Amino acid sequence: MSFRRGSASVVLTALVMGATAVGTPLVVDQFGLLQLTVFAAMCILALSLGFVWGYGGILCFGQSAFFGLGAYTYAVTAINAGESTLAALLAIVVPAVFAALLGYFMFYGRLSDVYLGVITLSVTLIFFNLMNSTAGDAYRVGKARLNGFNGMPSLPTLNTPGDPGRLLDPTETYYLVMALLIIVYVGLHLLLASPFGRVVVAIRENESRCELLGYDVRLHKLLVFTIGGGIAGLAGCLFANWGAFVSPNVFSLTMTSQIIIWVIVGGLGTLVGPIVGCLIMQYLATELGSQQLANTNLIFGIIFLAFVLLVPRGIVPSLRRLGARHLGPAGAPARAHE
Amino acid sequence: MSEALLETIGLSVRFGGVEAVRGVDFTLAERELRCLIGPNGAGKSTLFKLLTGQLKPTAGRILFRGHDITGHHTHAIARRGVGIKTQVPSLFDGLTVREHLWISARRRNPAARTRAIADEILERIGLTTLADGAVGQLSHGLRQWVELGTVLAGNPELILLDEPAAGMTHDEVARTAQLVREINRTHALVVVDHDMQFVKMIARTVTVMHQGAVLVEDTMDQIMKNTIVRDVYLGTHARS
Repeated sequence: MSFRRGSASVVLTALVMGATAVGTPLVVDQFGLLQLTVFAAMCILALSLGFVWGYGGILCFGQSAFFGLGAYTYAVTAINAGESTLAALLAIVVPAVFAALLGYFMFYGRLSDVYLGVITLSVTLIFFNLMNSTAGDAYRVGKARLNGFNGMPSLPTLNTPGDPGRLLDPTETYYLVMALLIIVYVGLHLLLASPFGRVVVAIRENESRCELLGYDVRLHKLLVFTIGGGIAGLAGCLFANWGAFVSPNVFSLTMTSQIIIWVIVGGLGTLVGPIVGCLIMQYLATELGSQQLANTNLIFGIIFLAFVLLVPRGIVPSLRRLGARHLGPAGAPARAHE
Repeated sequence: MSEALLETIGLSVRFGGVEAVRGVDFTLAERELRCLIGPNGAGKSTLFKLLTGQLKPTAGRILFRGHDITGHHTHAIARRGVGIKTQVPSLFDGLTVREHLWISARRRNPAARTRAIADEILERIGLTTLADGAVGQLSHGLRQWVELGTVLAGNPELILLDEPAAGMTHDEVARTAQLVREINRTHALVVVDHDMQFVKMIARTVTVMHQGAVLVEDTMDQIMKNTIVRDVYLGTHARS
């Protein structure tokens, strides 16, 4: 079956990612490792949108809502509980439940693409404004002060489950985040190869045909959206951990548009694409941030426009096509599931 | 008389000032093959959309095996056993022929059985050699067969075919007629088509629709002789 060929490349990609993860600490210093940790956390976020949008066909402009919700859930729970295990779990569950609720109204209300984009974008901006206005002593959840636009500093970082005194050091955190990235990547591939995943792809291709074959489109989309929300929440938890800090900026327009740019640049409808796009753009952001020549956002805007106009498929699908053209028909027809 | 497979009672749908389907009483027996003809705008495709839940009727009821399915969701009606090949083939352009059959059959079958069904249907519709190519590149006639096969793979009890022979060569039309007769050995079908040659090849009982209502229902021979039918198709001035 057509899937076999796809699964070989997935295993290969996962192995390359694993080898990179293990090999990098040997050649990179502590600072570089920290940098890679946040890159990998953001790659998980990019994967969540790559899945929801690229495979579920759900135009979500507010993926940062679930990312931020995960980050804040982690912060508030970790401060109150004094350890990180429950906080990390809730950072996945709370955004997933929120995505399920929001998704229920959107999908069962039969809203179409453009409205999904507008609603999800509004939701993240509502969170942004809400969290910005929580400055002052009155805004606290248990022991945790929300601190408005100043954000919440000095968060307890991840500890070994069951042992709050044993915190993970930066290298251990790096390995954990890399392992989670690989798990999410492989897990999403397995999901897409399952009957559920194949129906999801079919729904993206033709919604009404799926209904006429007896599949409940609303339910499938709701599940995709919920899973995407949970994964974005996990990324938020890891991000909050990385800097031991969270601020309303996780919900900002800059944040949510970045995720879209990662997916567009890397390639919609693939899972490697969002990872590649995210790495390139974050590397660029870091480099551009350390010089004074041009404004980073301006350059991001130019790159985004250039890709939409010149490379609309994104890097990974374009390279695949190029490869297919030169290597003959072996890899020819573009696979719908990667 | 045995219980009807499908029955509509006073089925109507109105779009603004236009009543596209007007009080249609339609009964189909188990394993019946019925042809539904009528000039453009007669309401044939709209009737199909009502039967599959893509449109909600403004009045009337639809009974399938005695169950009232009026206003049910499209997927729920499909789960009860109503399959449809739409007028413009509705396919997953990025997927292969085999994947179409797989998606359709997998809902009710375990993996191994699904693969067997896909192979069997590929054989039946004669597309085994094209099984692993994307359907986006196929001709209109082949796309018709892919959709027919996709519907068959789900093994629905009632199959609605909206213009299954459109865009086909003469040989392909004959092959489609043969397929329809084969399917009819085990399934009930309602077939809409404009191609009278095709209708003649398969028809026993024919229902003629005109301006949203059922005009007449009779055997093919009688329909061909019917002057009213001729008038609605060709207009009264065509009478010699």
